[in-house]
Amino acid sequence: MSAVDMLRTEKLVSSFSNGGEGSVEVLHGIDLAIEKGSFVAVLGHNGSGKSTLARHFNAIALPAGGHVYVKGMDTLDQELVMEIRRTVGLVFQNPDNQIVASVVEDDVAFAPENLGLPSAEIRERVDEALRAVGMYEFKDRAPHLLSGGQKQRVAIAGILAMRPECIVLDEPTAMLDPSGRREVLEAVHRLCRESGMTVVLITHHMSEAIPADRVIVLSDGELVMDGTPAEVFARVDELRALGLAVPETTELIYELNAEGFSLPLGALTTDECAAAIAAALKGN
Amino acid sequence: MLKDITLGQFFPGKTPAHRLDPRTKIVLTFVYIIALFFVHSFTGYAFVAVTLLAAMRVSRVKPRAMINGLRPLVLLIAITAFINAFFTAGDDVIFRIGFLRMTWDGLRRAAFMLLRVVFLVCGSFLLTYTTAPLAITDGLERLLSPLEKLRFPAHDLAMIMSIALRFIPTLIGEADKIVSAQRARGASFDTGSIVQRAKALLPLLIPLFVSALTRATELATAMECRCYNGGDGRTRLHELHFTRLDAAAALLGTVFVAVIAVMSRLRWLV
Repeated sequence: MSAVDMLRTEKLVSSFSNGGEGSVEVLHGIDLAIEKGSFVAVLGHNGSGKSTLARHFNAIALPAGGHVYVKGMDTLDQELVMEIRRTVGLVFQNPDNQIVASVVEDDVAFAPENLGLPSAEIRERVDEALRAVGMYEFKDRAPHLLSGGQKQRVAIAGILAMRPECIVLDEPTAMLDPSGRREVLEAVHRLCRESGMTVVLITHHMSEAIPADRVIVLSDGELVMDGTPAEVFARVDELRALGLAVPETTELIYELNAEGFSLPLGALTTDECAAAIAAALKGN
Repeated sequence: MLKDITLGQFFPGKTPAHRLDPRTKIVLTFVYIIALFFVHSFTGYAFVAVTLLAAMRVSRVKPRAMINGLRPLVLLIAITAFINAFFTAGDDVIFRIGFLRMTWDGLRRAAFMLLRVVFLVCGSFLLTYTTAPLAITDGLERLLSPLEKLRFPAHDLAMIMSIALRFIPTLIGEADKIVSAQRARGASFDTGSIVQRAKALLPLLIPLFVSALTRATELATAMECRCYNGGDGRTRLHELHFTRLDAAAALLGTVFVAVIAVMSRLRWLV
């Protein structure tokens, strides 16, 4: 673990009171370090603790045990909360519940307004953030008249306007239709490639994790797998045992291998998969 | 069915009235309303009418829009006029029907009351027709901000209002969905007695409330994620600026008040 880690958790324990006498533990001692500039996908089924983990990354939730460090800043330090939130932006599932204002550009301006920036700089950041997600032409529109994918891109722009170094997206595509999903994912990939931002994408769509540098799998509040997408998805049986589906390409290759082929499980994208199958067929 | 509700009556435009700073418009409207209570003659009301028509012309508000706005108030205005006409004490009785008697004094007072309400409503419509709801909220926040020293929560009120405006279309859409869902399961919202209809609304209101509360919780978290920390130290994308136009409007407003003040002293005016 080095000083350049964007996010680091040490024996992170998270719990919330269940209303009664006791409390429920959601995360049981997570040790994790996320490098600056990397694109990490976090997978897990419902209730695995992945959303809770996301909330710890910008001090919205605070550890019940252990520590979370954002660029070395402890989230338990009250003084640092604003600095931490400005460094790590969090985007949620439902875009409708993240948009504050009735006009797109006013909404994107919300965070820089809170930071007390001068009006000219707010203007610059709003335009920059809207361009980054391809929503600049919509700046005078009313958010409730936009499509789901467009709304979610506005929500992302709202975070980008803080100029964070890391953006954590908690199932940003869960409520979107396929075209909205594609729009949002493309915007996220572009951010990662072009601005070198650290991206943590929490999802239960396996296919969304394929372009990531690293995949982390959570199950019942424990970190159970950690590796490149090819390494993680090759563990088909284990993933199935955790109640997770593997990407369709992996599934196809896995089934073919069961029928006697010997194809590489690491061929994750559709093109790689098609090429691998074509090569095997030609070999026959 | 609920989608048709139009919110506020803002008509976008680029007239000088639209370009005025919302603070100027709010103050002018306020001054205008107070001035109306100092008008005691028909000549005075004629002057107000001329001013109002001129303002409508400048802001390109169509008389039809004003009339539409007044429509829901017809009953209220009629009742007010009726009570004034028949229940004002006086000796110069015009006629009587049973215990009702109309006096000249009453008639005059009814006419004044009617004019006052109509002018008051039209004047405030002029504000909402030419100013976006958010601009009004913004203007109010700025105008009330000196009161923050007295712990008056000007920023919080403005934030609450603008979030309410933001969520009205969302909640209307949601209500529509719930109505459809309940209809699909045989619920009926428009038949039966009033009590039955009111009861039928419960399965609409409860899910709507629950969802509004969920949304509020999520929105609060999202706002925290974007470094919201109340109004302290907050700046704005759109700063409000007074221009020469505002100075001109303020001057005209002063002239208006002066004329009304002079007229209210002239006892001989009809």
